[in-house]
Amino acid sequence: MWRYAELLPLTEDFRAPNAVGGTPLVAASKLAARLGVRKLYVKNDAVCFPSLSFKDRVVGTALVAARRFGFATVGCSSTGNLANAVAAQAAQQGLDACVFIPADLETAKVLNTAVYGARIVRINGNYDHVNRLCAQVADRFQWGLVNVNLRPYYSEGSKTHGYEIAEQLGWRLPDNVVVPMAGGSLITKIAKAFKELVTLGWVEEKPVKFFGAQATGCSPISDGVKRGLARFEPQKPNTIARSLAIGNPADGPFAMKQIRESGGWAEDISDPEIVDAIKLLAETEGVFTETAGGVTAGVTQKLIRQGRIGADETTVVCITGNGLKTTDAIAAEFPVTEAIAPRLEAFEAHLDSQLTVAAAAK
Amino acid sequence: MPVTIEIPTAFRRFTDGTPKYDCSAATIAEALNDLTARFPALSRHVRDEEGQIRQFLNVYLNEEDIRFLGGEACSLKEGDRVLLVPSIAGG
Repeated sequence: MWRYAELLPLTEDFRAPNAVGGTPLVAASKLAARLGVRKLYVKNDAVCFPSLSFKDRVVGTALVAARRFGFATVGCSSTGNLANAVAAQAAQQGLDACVFIPADLETAKVLNTAVYGARIVRINGNYDHVNRLCAQVADRFQWGLVNVNLRPYYSEGSKTHGYEIAEQLGWRLPDNVVVPMAGGSLITKIAKAFKELVTLGWVEEKPVKFFGAQATGCSPISDGVKRGLARFEPQKPNTIARSLAIGNPADGPFAMKQIRESGGWAEDISDPEIVDAIKLLAETEGVFTETAGGVTAGVTQKLIRQGRIGADETTVVCITGNGLKTTDAIAAEFPVTEAIAPRLEAFEAHLDSQLTVAAAAK
Repeated sequence: MPVTIEIPTAFRRFTDGTPKYDCSAATIAEALNDLTARFPALSRHVRDEEGQIRQFLNVYLNEEDIRFLGGEACSLKEGDRVLLVPSIAGG
């Protein structure tokens, strides 16, 4: 993503500390066929370097700022992915990391932070409690909390997701983007990125509809959009999509404005629908995403069914995190199968029984 | 009821650097009105033109966001802590 350095809040003597971003835009023809549309793309930040989520982008720009301001300790309030990204990049750059997370986070996300040597503070409460504490921690300690006192630098990193989409479409803007919403920042930053590329004359101006995706169990922004509220109503999150479980999204008002002004919409889906959508994306495109990506894929399907996304329009689905981080959420779908002896007859018998089961199911 | 309002750093330039303000109030609304009467410069950062608590200001009564407690009409008891925490958005 550093190829866009001139468009990011960096100094002129900036040297890229590490590789970040530059993820594939997958032409998702099988998924498109399944959903009944023609031009569907998946922006695949499930394979973002180094920590397998789009949060690597925001931490990239935030840590450059942290070093410039002389912070020795960096941190964040996180639903998991951000903690992974802070821990990984802080380790690489020789900064101390201290991250704050809700106590009930997925095991894999905690492990993916701990392995880099970061200090982890688990909070009894949800993300909104963690965030409140971090606002106070930033007040008290001389630490660079990437999404608190380094936030202006952090949030600009999200723009690179949008720049890459436009470049990978051949310097064109799509008709629609479907974006997962937690705090609500990413959707506004993709819009900002597109606007900047238009201003620079790198892409032709055209209307782009912004669609926001949430889990029904934590849907303050989509609820606000659907009910036409002036202000969203905060919620107590209850969903398997923990990386989107922010009940009081700070950028919610901006996300709602962006969606409305672009002529887009917001939708939400249930936990079982999230699991189905994770499987759908994996089975059609070979992309294994976490629960948040299931939300985005499932909401895309819903928007197509509602006729809000047209069959001939170019649509980009923003997949922001990796499925290996939330295997707990889908483990029940795939019970462990019986092991067989390492003999050909055993395999033949196994195959026969499978065929019998398949025939019975028909 | 005697309660304590905790003031975030961003607001302390309007409170002469005061980090905490003790007052006596029966509801959150009364406590906020008492605070902004004492520090008038803070007033427009707490409420918008229509008199509503600003969208980017979160008000907590002890551990809970007051929007889950029925809003600023919710009542206070002795020793309650009222926390003002600005949302950190945008950038």
